[in-house]
Amino acid sequence: MSGVRVLVGTRKGAFTLTSDGRRGDWTVEGPHFGGWEIFHLTGSRADPKRLYASQSGGWFGQLIQRSDDGGKTWSAVGNDFAYSGEVGEHLWYDGTPRPWEFKRIWHLEPSPDDPDTVYAGAEDAALYLTTDGGQKWTELTALRTHPTGPAWQPGAGGMCLHTIILDPVNKGRIYVAISAAGAFRSDDAGASWLPINRGLRSGEIPDQDSEVGHCVHHITQHPSRPDTLFMQKHWDVMRSDDAGANWREVSGNLPSDFGFPIAVHAHEPETIYVVPIKSDSEHYPPEGKLRVYRSRTGGDDWEPLTKGLPQSDCYVNVYRDAMAVDTLDPCGIYFGTTGGQVYHSADGGDSWTPIVRDLPAVLSVEAQVLP
Amino acid sequence: MIRVVLPAHLKNLAHVTGEVRLEVTGPAAGPVTQRLVLDTLEAQHPMLLGTIRDRHSGKRRAFVRFYACEEDLSNESPDAPLPERVVAGEEPFIILGAMAGG
Repeated sequence: MSGVRVLVGTRKGAFTLTSDGRRGDWTVEGPHFGGWEIFHLTGSRADPKRLYASQSGGWFGQLIQRSDDGGKTWSAVGNDFAYSGEVGEHLWYDGTPRPWEFKRIWHLEPSPDDPDTVYAGAEDAALYLTTDGGQKWTELTALRTHPTGPAWQPGAGGMCLHTIILDPVNKGRIYVAISAAGAFRSDDAGASWLPINRGLRSGEIPDQDSEVGHCVHHITQHPSRPDTLFMQKHWDVMRSDDAGANWREVSGNLPSDFGFPIAVHAHEPETIYVVPIKSDSEHYPPEGKLRVYRSRTGGDDWEPLTKGLPQSDCYVNVYRDAMAVDTLDPCGIYFGTTGGQVYHSADGGDSWTPIVRDLPAVLSVEAQVLP
Repeated sequence: MIRVVLPAHLKNLAHVTGEVRLEVTGPAAGPVTQRLVLDTLEAQHPMLLGTIRDRHSGKRRAFVRFYACEEDLSNESPDAPLPERVVAGEEPFIILGAMAGG
């Protein structure tokens, strides 16, 4: 029977949660890299034993760790994330120009075809690529040097490139999202980039039709519908059916359309999940009730999923990279909270169970199906 | 022989226990400096590159401190000679994380 490994990055280390395909009994291992922030822990689809971790901390900076045996042992690989060529400037919070300054890697996206090829999204926003398993990282400079770059500003969490989607059908097509610059698409493997923010409406900026400046929180895509994208923005849940050229709001009847993660069911490309958060100044669920909302219609019409989730006095947040799905049938859904709980559903979201309750604040969750 | 004390996180990263002992060979007749010690340390344990000082500017990371002989050498020039007792191996060169956050 196949199994599942859930990869959890937290404020104070990495954890792996494993189960057989029934997803009833779980083994918890960790912390790996105790005391370090693990912004993202992820695995290769080409080789599930190959894992990568973005390890960082205020004292000692950024490291990338690699495991070739499913997380039993780890080796530090390359951590030289230099900006290539002229560094340039972006806008700071106060509107003054500020040079790009590397702070950390938020997201690692392994190639679906090659375990040695990985893209990395940085704060301050830049996209890096390794083709040798993480030893050497090269910046794909066309993104940072896009003509709109000098107008990019950080969101409250920093000017982070947090979302990377490698289109499974259109080879060479890459989507990225940056807070608070917006979403961008490349059709030539990162050699050039197009802002794809038409239709986004952001009350935080004066020009609603601005090409950039939108605070995109996360984007997801179902592999069978490569031109359909779902976005959780700072406020608003959005969808595009033309590869990001145009967006429309699908927040519908959500109790709040603010939030961070958005996920799509592994087998139903119009079934999507969000976790509504009350507001950008109150990073906790409305009414103290932790509810995942599911739409089976690709948005607009949403239903609350509450069975097994706390429905009183719950004031945790769920970060943008902290929700994932597995590809088993029924589809498993996972999310981690700032309170250290990792919840899972083995029935598409109908019911939820905590796998662990007391980890450090969860920064990222990924799910691997094991042979 | 230079003795270097690493903070716990960097000991784990470098897979060492206790002090690190370095044979530091600088330019002929030149002084043993902070830069020379760190260059030697990073050459011996390359996974430490970037964790103590910036890989490109060589500048000490903001929340890293260097102590020796009951003195704070953090803001000394990286090319200043280290204390004689450190060079003689009588006292360790201590690298530690500053008291900051958590």
